[in-house]
Order: sequence, then C-alpha cells, then structure tokens
Amino acid sequence: MQRHFDEQIEQLKQQLLLMSGRAEGITRKALESLMRRDVALAEEVMADDKAIDRMEIDIEEQCIQLLALQQPLARDLRLIAASLKISNDLERVGDHAVNIAGCALQLARTAPVKPLANLPELAEKSIAMLRDALDAFVRGDAEAARQLVERDDEVDVLNRHLFAELMSRMIADPLQVERSMTLVLVGRNLERIGDLATNVAEEVVFSTEARIIKHHADEALGDFDRG
Amino acid sequence: MTVAPDPKPPLSSRPHVPERGPALAAGAAPPTRLAARDFHLYYGATHALKGITLEIPSGSVTAIIGPSGCGKSTLLRSFNRMNDLIPGVRTLGHLAVSGVDVGASSTDVVDLRRRVGMVFQRPNPFPKSIFENAAFGLRMLGMSDREVLAQRVEVGLRRAALWDEVKDRLDRSALQLSGGQQQRLCIARCLAVEPEIILMDEPASALDPTATARIEELVLELRGRYTIVVVTHNMQQAARISDHTVFMLQGVLVEHGDTRRVFTSPREKLTEDYITGRFG
Repeated sequence: MQRHFDEQIEQLKQQLLLMSGRAEGITRKALESLMRRDVALAEEVMADDKAIDRMEIDIEEQCIQLLALQQPLARDLRLIAASLKISNDLERVGDHAVNIAGCALQLARTAPVKPLANLPELAEKSIAMLRDALDAFVRGDAEAARQLVERDDEVDVLNRHLFAELMSRMIADPLQVERSMTLVLVGRNLERIGDLATNVAEEVVFSTEARIIKHHADEALGDFDRG
Repeated sequence: MTVAPDPKPPLSSRPHVPERGPALAAGAAPPTRLAARDFHLYYGATHALKGITLEIPSGSVTAIIGPSGCGKSTLLRSFNRMNDLIPGVRTLGHLAVSGVDVGASSTDVVDLRRRVGMVFQRPNPFPKSIFENAAFGLRMLGMSDREVLAQRVEVGLRRAALWDEVKDRLDRSALQLSGGQQQRLCIARCLAVEPEIILMDEPASALDPTATARIEELVLELRGRYTIVVVTHNMQQAARISDHTVFMLQGVLVEHGDTRRVFTSPREKLTEDYITGRFG
C-alpha cells in the first residue's frame, strides 16, 4: 500500500539531499575562493549560507508537521528524528564553509602562501564523506554509513599532518605565523565538516537499525527490554 | 476486608510500582500477576488463540494491539473466563492469575471475576443510581452494611477520579452522566470490589478526546496499585499509557516487549509493518 505519508517521507529525504548538495557546493566555493584569492567568491559564500539556514528551518517545520500530523512510529519515527538532526548538521557545514570563506578573505589581503600538500586532499575527503553520508541516508544503507565513521580517522590524520606542516613553517619563519594560523583554522573547519558527516552517518545507522553508535554507545536502543 | 483510609496513598507506599525499563531488570522485578503458557482457544472449529505464552508483572500496564480479529479481546476475556459464556469454546494450555490456575474446575469463577475486573468498550452502567452502580459488585458479594458500602463506594469513585463530580448527586441515575463519566463509573464499580487486575477492552474508543485523556490519566494513576491489561486500536494510546506492549496477529503473539522499544524499534517485521500502517 503506497501512502501519502510515504510520499512525504520521500520528499523530506529529497530536501535533505538537496540541502547536502548546497552544503557541499558552498564548501567547494569557499575553498575555491581561498585557492584563487577571490574576494567576490568568498562573499558569495556568506549569501549562500543564508539559503542553507532557510532550508534548515523548512526541513524542521516539515519534520514537526509530520510528527504532529502523522504521529509516526518505529522506523518512520526514527527517520524523522534523524532528519531533524541531519538538517542541523548540514546547517553547521554551511557555517564552517562561511568560516573558511572568512579565512579566504583574510588571506586575500596578504601575500600568497606556498601551496600545502595536504589541504586539497583534506578538503576532498571531508566533502566526499558528507556526500556519501547523505547517499547512505537516502538509500538507508547502514553498512556504508559504518564505513564512513572509519573514514573520519583519515581526515583527522590529514588535518594533523597539515597542522604539523604549518607549524614547521611558523617555526622557520615568524612572518608566516599569521597566514599559517589562518590556514590552521581552515584545516580545523574541514576536519569539523568530516565530524559532521560522521554525525550524519551515525544518524543513518540509528534510522535504519535503531542502533546508537555515537559516543561508542554501541548497543541497540531498547536493549532495556527484558520482558 | 479493610479499606485503605486514603484513596490516593503516596506513590512510595503503593504496592508493586513497576519500574520502567532497565530498573525493572535491576533486580526489583515484581511478581507475575497474569501468565499464559501455550494457551489455545477454539470457537468451535476456529482456532482463535494459538499457543499464547506471556507473563504480565504485577502493577504494570500492558497494552494488547493488533488488527481486528487477531484474538486480543479473546485473550483478554480468557483471563476472567468470560469466554465460558460463549457456546462451543474450548481451551488448551495454561492460564494463571496470581499463580492460580484459571481453568481449573476448582476455581471459583465469581471470585475470579472479582479479582479480575473488566471494563468494556461502551460504558455499560445499570439503570440505577450512581451509588447503586458503584455498590453493585459489593451487594453481589453480599455486603449490606450501609456504612461500609458508602465507604467502599467513595473509595471506588475517588480512585476512578469521579468522586468530585458526582458526590452531591449519588442518588441520581447513572444514565444522566456523560459517556466519559459513565465509563469512569464502570471503572469505579470494578474498583469497589478491590480487584487485583483490571482488564480494559478498548475503554476509550467510544469517548471524545477529553474523556479519553481522563481515562488515560486514570490508567496511569491506577498503575502500580492494580495490574492493568488494555486492548486498544489506538497505537498512540498504547504508547502513552502502557509499560509493555503485546502485538498479536491471527491468534499468534508476535511480539511482547517494553513499550518504548516496541514503538521505536520493534524486533519483528510484522510488528513494524503494523504500527507504521504498512500492514497488508
């Protein structure tokens, strides 16, 4: 039996997919503004973020309406609860992109920096995690989501390498400190995007399997049932 | 028989208040009040209950859900042998109330039905005064002392959260009460004889949302003091008021577990499909 409610759930998923596309786009734009020292592009990021904020509110309203009007249970309930959190995670991805664009603006005012080997890779990995997390959500693929959680470690390692590289630059040349610190912040924001993608992946596992895997609370929801 | 002077003692003094979830498993498990073991029931050739096994702890609220004809009301009525009244009914297996075999020939059915009270879908007050309705069971048990009757009636009406609304018109006809009040009067009638267990067969399905909310609040109030089993078609109601949920389908018990778990992450696909409305 295909129900109106199923269509609404499908719509909700599509909106989240669209929102994650926007979040990915804004992050790429922020990075591009950084690489190309493009002030106008960095300023676009700020405007794009407003649209993402708006989407978060729309999705929240949609979820609350579904909760109130459909009174969903079991997997429907979990999916809507997960959607609320995922939309919040995506909104924060937008905020990190804004932070990166802010760094781009700052760096555009100073002399160019020698390219960093790890930065593009860190950016690609974080963005790919986000995209794959949303794919896993839409497909309800808990296995793919679990693999993403492991990929976050790679992002963390890359960020540490980036930090080490910037640190040696600062030690070697104190004039590099301000620019390097700004790039440390860029790395930090990308690493946080990886964390948010991990959050999304954890929500996917919750939504599909009713298992809470975050904070290593690796137990089934409802294991309190001894009846 | 003595009557508790305070109709609403503090929670701490109530017997067998069931803890929800983990606390229940932490060692303070209340005794089993109702138990079924491989219980079968036939209406003539129709196999209505197929090997039901479950245990219901004392003081808990258990909701039985399932589509029409799944056997939930039949199971409910088995606990106080209401099905005896239907010709052609045959049972196999074991049912126990407080450890006593329900089906044994030595079982005093009148006493069983006093201990296992029942509230039906449609309020069914007798065409008598409010007082006489609440006192009906007591009179059937041979109680005639006016003072004791009055005291027990008051306790029943208070516990059914009806006392304040009717105390000044106890001699009026019960049929003048609203549907919700009539249903609470039926609950008071049931409580006046001090049952251990209250079986409720869709107790709020004929009531408006306000009256329904009052019945639900009442169930939560009575929880702990009585063991309550509610049959309901209203999933949200089951989720709101019960500690444990039983899902039945075609005479089979499909799933029985903590209500919070059953409604958030059911173990059985059949349960999931039913509660999310994707059944069939």
